[in-house]
Amino acid sequence: MTATVEPEVGRARLRKEDARLITGRTRWTDNISLPGMLHVAVLRSPMAHARISNIDVSAAKEASGVLAVVTGADLADEQGSLPCAWPITEDMKAPPAPALAVDTVNFAGEAVAVVVARSAAEAHDALEAIDIDYEDLPVVLDMNEAIADGADLVHPDLGSNASATWIFDSAEAGSGGDVEQAIAASDVVVERTFRQQRLIPAFMEPRSVVVDPTGEQITMWSATQIPHILRWMTSAVTGVPETKIRVIAPDVGGGFGGKLQITPEEIVTFLLARRLGRPVKWTESRSESMVSAHHGRDQIQKLTLAATQDGTIKGLKVELLADMGAYLRLVTPGVPILGAFMYNAIYKMDAYKFVCTNVFTNKTPTDAYRGAGRPEATYAIERMMDELAAELSMDPMELRRKNWIKHEEFPFNTVAGLTYDSGNYEAATAKAMEDFGYDALRAEQAERRERGDAVQLGIGISTYTEMCGLAPSRVLGALSYGAGGWEHAAIRMLPTGKVEVITGTSPHGQGHETVWSQIVADKLGVPFDDVEVLHGDTQSSHKGMDSYGSRSLAVGGTALVLAADKVIDKARTIAAHMMECSVDDIEFSGGSMKVRGTDTSTDIQSIALQAHVAHDLPDGVEPSLDSEATFDPENFSFPHGTHLCATEVDTETGQVRIRSYVCVDDVGKVVNPMIVEGQVHGGLVQGIAQALFEGAVHDESGTLTTGTLADYLVPSAADMPSFTTGHTETLATSNPLGVKGVGEAGTIASTPAVVNAIVDAVRHRGVNDVEMPCTPMRVWQAIQGGSQAAAGPGGTESGGGLGSLDASQGGAR
Amino acid sequence: MRITVTVDGTAYTDEVEPRTLLVHYLRERLGKVGTVVGCDTSNCGACTVHLDGHSVKSCSVLAVQADGCEITTIEGLSRDGQLHPVQQAFHDNHALQCGFCTPGMIMQAIDLLADDADPDEETVRNGLEGNLCRCTGYQNIVRAVRDAASRMEPGSGPEAEQVAEQTSVAGGSRAEVRQS
Ligand code: FES
Ligand code: FES
Repeated sequence: MTATVEPEVGRARLRKEDARLITGRTRWTDNISLPGMLHVAVLRSPMAHARISNIDVSAAKEASGVLAVVTGADLADEQGSLPCAWPITEDMKAPPAPALAVDTVNFAGEAVAVVVARSAAEAHDALEAIDIDYEDLPVVLDMNEAIADGADLVHPDLGSNASATWIFDSAEAGSGGDVEQAIAASDVVVERTFRQQRLIPAFMEPRSVVVDPTGEQITMWSATQIPHILRWMTSAVTGVPETKIRVIAPDVGGGFGGKLQITPEEIVTFLLARRLGRPVKWTESRSESMVSAHHGRDQIQKLTLAATQDGTIKGLKVELLADMGAYLRLVTPGVPILGAFMYNAIYKMDAYKFVCTNVFTNKTPTDAYRGAGRPEATYAIERMMDELAAELSMDPMELRRKNWIKHEEFPFNTVAGLTYDSGNYEAATAKAMEDFGYDALRAEQAERRERGDAVQLGIGISTYTEMCGLAPSRVLGALSYGAGGWEHAAIRMLPTGKVEVITGTSPHGQGHETVWSQIVADKLGVPFDDVEVLHGDTQSSHKGMDSYGSRSLAVGGTALVLAADKVIDKARTIAAHMMECSVDDIEFSGGSMKVRGTDTSTDIQSIALQAHVAHDLPDGVEPSLDSEATFDPENFSFPHGTHLCATEVDTETGQVRIRSYVCVDDVGKVVNPMIVEGQVHGGLVQGIAQALFEGAVHDESGTLTTGTLADYLVPSAADMPSFTTGHTETLATSNPLGVKGVGEAGTIASTPAVVNAIVDAVRHRGVNDVEMPCTPMRVWQAIQGGSQAAAGPGGTESGGGLGSLDASQGGAR
Repeated sequence: MRITVTVDGTAYTDEVEPRTLLVHYLRERLGKVGTVVGCDTSNCGACTVHLDGHSVKSCSVLAVQADGCEITTIEGLSRDGQLHPVQQAFHDNHALQCGFCTPGMIMQAIDLLADDADPDEETVRNGLEGNLCRCTGYQNIVRAVRDAASRMEPGSGPEAEQVAEQTSVAGGSRAEVRQS
C-alpha cells in the first residue's frame, strides 16, 4: 500500500458532498417521510404585543383530518421555558420563554397554537378555523424610547426593558488605561453613532423538524447547526432523559447562525409526537421563517475615538444598545458581548471601554448571525478609522498603518485583554493594494473629482481581524456562558483498511466531509477516498459542540489530529511486535511503519487488520487502533485581512456600483484553497448585502414589513460583482494545523469596506455617513443634504430605522 | 382532477386537487424530493424544473396545468450514471456549498445555455436572477455555467437534455481546479 503522493492538506480537492447534492439525492429534513407521519401547522400572532383573552379551537378540531389542536395553555405544564445559555450578568433580566405563548404575545410571529393533521394542507386549512381574541398592549419598538423613564414595558414583570448592562473597562481589567483620561489628553476626538440594521439570516433551506417517538429513543431530525446542543437542551427543557433522545441533523441547507437555536417549533413538535405516539413533522414556509426564526445585528453604536494630531490612537469608547427582541434565545444576550473584544481591532491604543445595554422590544428575538457581534464591531471601528483619517486629512490606509500591530510585535496583548498569537497585516495589505491598483484608483478619483464627474469614485478600506475558533472553555466560563468550547473527534480503523472519522462538528455546507478526509488521509497516510466522515447524528457522533463561530476546523480539526496521533501510537506498538523490533525504532510516514535503517516495513492497514483479528498482539495491548480525542483550545484564533472596495456613485441618482473588490485574507494554513475561496465569496456577498440591500423593517404596529423574499432583498447573481481574492498564510500558533477559520471573515470585513467606499466617493459633497442599507434614495439624500439627511426618516425603505443619530455632533473639538 | 404527466421518463396518471402545486405533486405524490421549496412567493427558484423543455418555477404552476406535459427534474438529468455537463461543471467549479439552491440553479442554468450557448458573465448573472443562493456568492456558479457552456455541444439544450463526455463525480479524483 503506497501513500498518497502529494500532501492532501493544501490541495483543492473537489468535494465528496457534491455527488448527492447535484443529483437531488439529498436528505433534507423535509424530505423525510415516515409511516403514519402527521403534520403540524403553526398559528402565529399578528399582534406585536397583546394579551390573549380567548382562544376557540372547537371548529378547528372538527376539520377534516385534524387529530389535535393544541394551545399554549394546553402545553403550559410540559413545555417549560426555551433555554438561554448565556446569562451575561448576574442580575440579567430574563423573561420566561414558552414555546407556545400562554397568555400574552410579545412579537408578531410568535407561535400561539398548532394543528396536527393527516396532511400539511389539512393542518394549514384548520388554522383558519381557530378564533383568538387579543387585547392590545402597548408596543415597544425603539430602543432609546424603551430605556427612557416611564417607557411602556415589553415584560412588565421585569420592571424594565433593559435586560442587562455589560461593561469592559481596560483600566479595571489591567489591560490599558482610563479611557476618559485618554480622551481628555488627545488632540482630536471623533464621535459617531451608527445604526446596525436588523438582518435576517435567510438560509435557503426553511427549517424543518421530524420527531419519531415510536422507537426506544425519541428520534428528532432537525435542520439545525447544533444537533448535540439540541439533544442536551431538549432534555433540559422537557425533562426527558438525554439517553432517550436521539438527534439527527441530516443534510442541512445553510445556517449562518440562523440554525444555531433551540426553536419553539422543535420543542412543540417533540412534545406533540410524544403525546400522540406518532411521527410528526413541522416544516416552515419562508414567510414563517422570516418572521419567527431569529434575526441578527440590530444595534445602535456610539463610538468615541481619540487620537493625537499625528494620528496615533489613544483611546476608544464604545456605547451600545443591542436589541434582544422579545425574548432571550440560546445565545441572544452574548452576541453583542462577542464584539466587545474586537472594537480595538488590529490597532494599538492606550485605553478602551465598552458598555453595552441589552434592550427588550416587541420584535422577533435576535441571536447569532454570521459573525455574531464581531461584524458590528468591525464595521464601527473601520468606519471610525476612515472618519478619523478624514478629520486629520490623512490617507486612511496611512492612518491604519500607523496604528496597527506590526508583525514583529506578535504575540500581542491587546487593550481588550486578548492575546493575538500571530498575524502580518503589512503583508496582506501590500498584496491587496497591489492587486487592487490602489494608487491608480486614487489618481482616477482625484481626476474625476477635479472634472466634476457625475459619477464619483470612492475607495473603501477594511483591515479587519476577528476572534474565532470558539472557544477556550475557561474563557466561556469566565463570560458566564453555559457550556464549553471544546470539540471531539474519533477515528475507527476498520479491518479492511478503511477509516471512519467521527466528528462533533455539524456541517451545513462547509465541506467538512472533504476537508476532514484530507486531514486524516495525510495524518494516517491512507487514500482520501478511503476515509468516510460521520457527523450530525448523536447516536454515531456521540459527543460534540457543533458548528458555528468559525470553530470547526480550528477546534474540531485539531481534535481529529490528536485522535490520529493516538491511532498512530497504538499502531506503533503493534507494528514493533509484528516486526520484532523496539517501538523506538519504528518510523512512521506516508502510512508506512518502517524499522529504522532497514527495508522492513508494514502499512497501517495491515496493522489495523492485525489489531482487529487480535491473533497475535503484545501482552496487555487491546485489540483496537480506534482512538478519540477532545480538544479544548488555549486561545481563540485571529484571522485577518485587508479588503479594498472601489465604488462608483452616481451623484445624480444615488446609484452605487461596485467596480472592483479585492481581498487578501490570512486564515492561517489553508487545508483546501477551493473551499476557502468559496467561503470568502459567500461571506463577502452577505456582508455587501448588509451594506447595500438588506434590512428587516417593522412598521409602527410592530409588523415585519420585509417578511418575504420579495421585500427582504437577498441579492441575486445579477446584483453582485466578481471578486478578486487572495491569501497570505501566517500560521496560527494555537493549534497544530496552524489554521484560524474562514467562515465569518468575508462577512465581517466587507460591510465597512463598501460603506467606506460610498462615503469616500461623496465626502467632498459634505457627506460623512450613509445609513445602511445604502439604498440609492439614502445616498442621494446624503449628497443633497449632507449626512443628516442621509440619516433622516427613510423608515419606509428596507432597513429604515433610527438613523445615525448624532453624526452632526461628530468632528474635532 | 385526473392528470397524466411524464416525469423524468416515467408516465404517471393521478387524481390531484385543483389547488395542488406542481412542486407539491412532485415531492409528495411522486417522491421527487430532489426538487425543493425555498419560498412561498416565487422568488427563490429552488423549485425550478423543466416543463416541456423550458424552466419553470414549479411552485408557481398548478399540477393540473402540467397535464399532458413532460417534466424533467434534477433527478432525471443524469443518464446511465453519467452526469449532465452542467452537473459536472457545478462539481468541478465548487458551485455549491449547502446545495439547497443547486437543483434549481442547475435546471435554470441548462435553460439559459439553451438560449445562449456561449454566454458572457453578465448574461449568466442576469439569466440566474430568479434563483437565490445564500452560500456561494454566485462567483463559482457563474464560472460553472460558463465552463459547462464550453463543454457542451452546440445546440444541446433542454429538449435534448443531452449528456456529453465526462467523468463520474464519485471519488473526486480530478482534484485541481483553477485558483485565483
Ligand atoms: S419555491 Fe421559491 S420560487 Fe419556487
Ligand atoms: S449552496 Fe447553499 S443556497 Fe446555494
